[in-house]
Amino acid sequence: MTLAASLSVRRGPLRLAVDIEVGEGEVAAVLGPNGAGKSTMLAAVAGLLPIGEGRVVLDGKVLEDTALGTRLSPQRRPVGVVFQERRLFPHLSVLDNVAFGLRTRGEGRATARRRAEEWLARLGLTELAGGRPEQLSGGQAQLAALARALATKPRLLLLDEPLAALDVATRAEVRRELVRHLRSFAGTRLLVTHDPLEAMALADRLLVLEEGRIVQSGTPADVRERPRSRYAADLVGVNLFRGRARAGVVELPSGGRIVVAGAGVGEVFAVVHPRSVALHRQDPEGSPRNVWRATAERVDVEGDRVRVLLGGSVPLVAEVTPAAADELRLAEGGPVWATVKATEVVAYPA
Amino acid sequence: MRERVPVWLVVPVVIGLVFLLAPVVALVQRAPWSELGHELASGPVRTALRLSLVTSLAATVLAMVLGVPLAWVLARSEWRLLRLVRAVTLLPLVLPPVVGGVALLLALGSRGLIGQWLDRTFGLTLPFTTAGAVVAELFVALPFAVVTVEAGLRAVDRRLEEAAATLGAGPWRRFWRVSMPLAAPSLAAGAALCGARALGEFGATITFAGNLPGRTQTLPLAVYLELQTRPEVAVLLSLVLLTVSVVVLVALRGRWVGLGRP
Repeated sequence: MTLAASLSVRRGPLRLAVDIEVGEGEVAAVLGPNGAGKSTMLAAVAGLLPIGEGRVVLDGKVLEDTALGTRLSPQRRPVGVVFQERRLFPHLSVLDNVAFGLRTRGEGRATARRRAEEWLARLGLTELAGGRPEQLSGGQAQLAALARALATKPRLLLLDEPLAALDVATRAEVRRELVRHLRSFAGTRLLVTHDPLEAMALADRLLVLEEGRIVQSGTPADVRERPRSRYAADLVGVNLFRGRARAGVVELPSGGRIVVAGAGVGEVFAVVHPRSVALHRQDPEGSPRNVWRATAERVDVEGDRVRVLLGGSVPLVAEVTPAAADELRLAEGGPVWATVKATEVVAYPA
Repeated sequence: MRERVPVWLVVPVVIGLVFLLAPVVALVQRAPWSELGHELASGPVRTALRLSLVTSLAATVLAMVLGVPLAWVLARSEWRLLRLVRAVTLLPLVLPPVVGGVALLLALGSRGLIGQWLDRTFGLTLPFTTAGAVVAELFVALPFAVVTVEAGLRAVDRRLEEAAATLGAGPWRRFWRVSMPLAAPSLAAGAALCGARALGEFGATITFAGNLPGRTQTLPLAVYLELQTRPEVAVLLSLVLLTVSVVVLVALRGRWVGLGRP
């Protein structure tokens, strides 16, 4: 493990308490809603914010340890940061921005400029080297900020919402560049984002952060298939339930019952994909083991599918085709029967 | 929405403008333009002019050396006694300059609080010397530097300093490579205001440094003196000071707090 951080920070109403480990060469993404403490966590690892309690260790070197009373100031940490708002120095040329870190690390002026030029060339910004940051587009500025952070050869690279400030058109392009350069960077990489697409595209491992705590850690596939929080489930677009499993039935606190194929016993999560929910106008009889009487509380047409929010003992979202929705004559507030095959429900221990 | 000036405001506004402008117009109109070159080249005027430039420049440099750190502390520190520091730095701004001069005499005079020690240890005497004139100007001009630079430092984006720290820059480098360049316009404004105030200083200078031609008789003192004997020279010297003021005003273009939009 190259980065091991176990820290707690209090900042306003936020109580951040996380325990993270990121391996050599790994790209970890902290995914969480706004206000979950993502940026606070990055600032704490970078040393920009003192931690309340805990320790941060990078490559076996203690950066901060409240028990020992040691704390390295940010300028002494081998950590590079790419800020969401880029924070390029407006009074320096793009080239001098990239050369800044090299100069502070003791490089001579000529060497620093030459190395900065190499970095700008690598990111395709050679023509803009002499310009001011204000002349750059959002995407170019983001890449310049990346070049500035990478130029000092940090052991750990932190990226704070690297694509959030960009418009949709440039986002895909910058994301591609980012993937390319993050791959070629040898150290450890930790990025925070609230965009699942960004997290899944860039990271080997996701850490889901909610209200200051890591609620799930795993590969993007893990999180996609077995989300462990309402937030994560919403991100990947599935229905998530939590209840007690007994004899192939998950009993929800709301009183609802979900029949599953082999769920074990005890507290479990159950995931139902909206597409595996079938809707009927009358009480269907036959194979599906789960039949719930529900009310269509909201009907949203989204392109070629219709999302139906169902209320009842098992509240869930169903996704049907517009044709099916027409046939069912779905109307908000109207009654409907929902069915799900037991084999379509994925259950796993909570 | 642009508000129309109410009619009843027009009268006081016009009176106010005339009141402010009339003396300047009179000065320009009464100036002995034909003798301008001749008088400026004459000995006493040149001496006063040179002395004024030297002392106000020295006072400005010192004010920046002392003022920038003070401004920094005021802008950044969370010290409990900060309000006291602020009050102390602003005091000369509201203190009558003559009182300042008297206070300086009591502090830095040869028998003063600090002056005694300066005299004994370094053989340094400030009152009635050119250095004393610089000290008097520094005393009244320093708040201008502090106030202006403080406002500039407050406007510096702290997040850029954080970014510099993550790039390995310690406090010293952050200060010189990031904060100071970003605050450059306010440093220039502070220096200009400070210089203008130092150049015009009268009360504290005459009280603390006296009125010795060639040593402590700066332009404002010369103006006052010449007015008794040769009014046309006083007008001429006033014109010089007026020009400096206008130049400073134009150079600042409303950058100073309170001047509002350019």
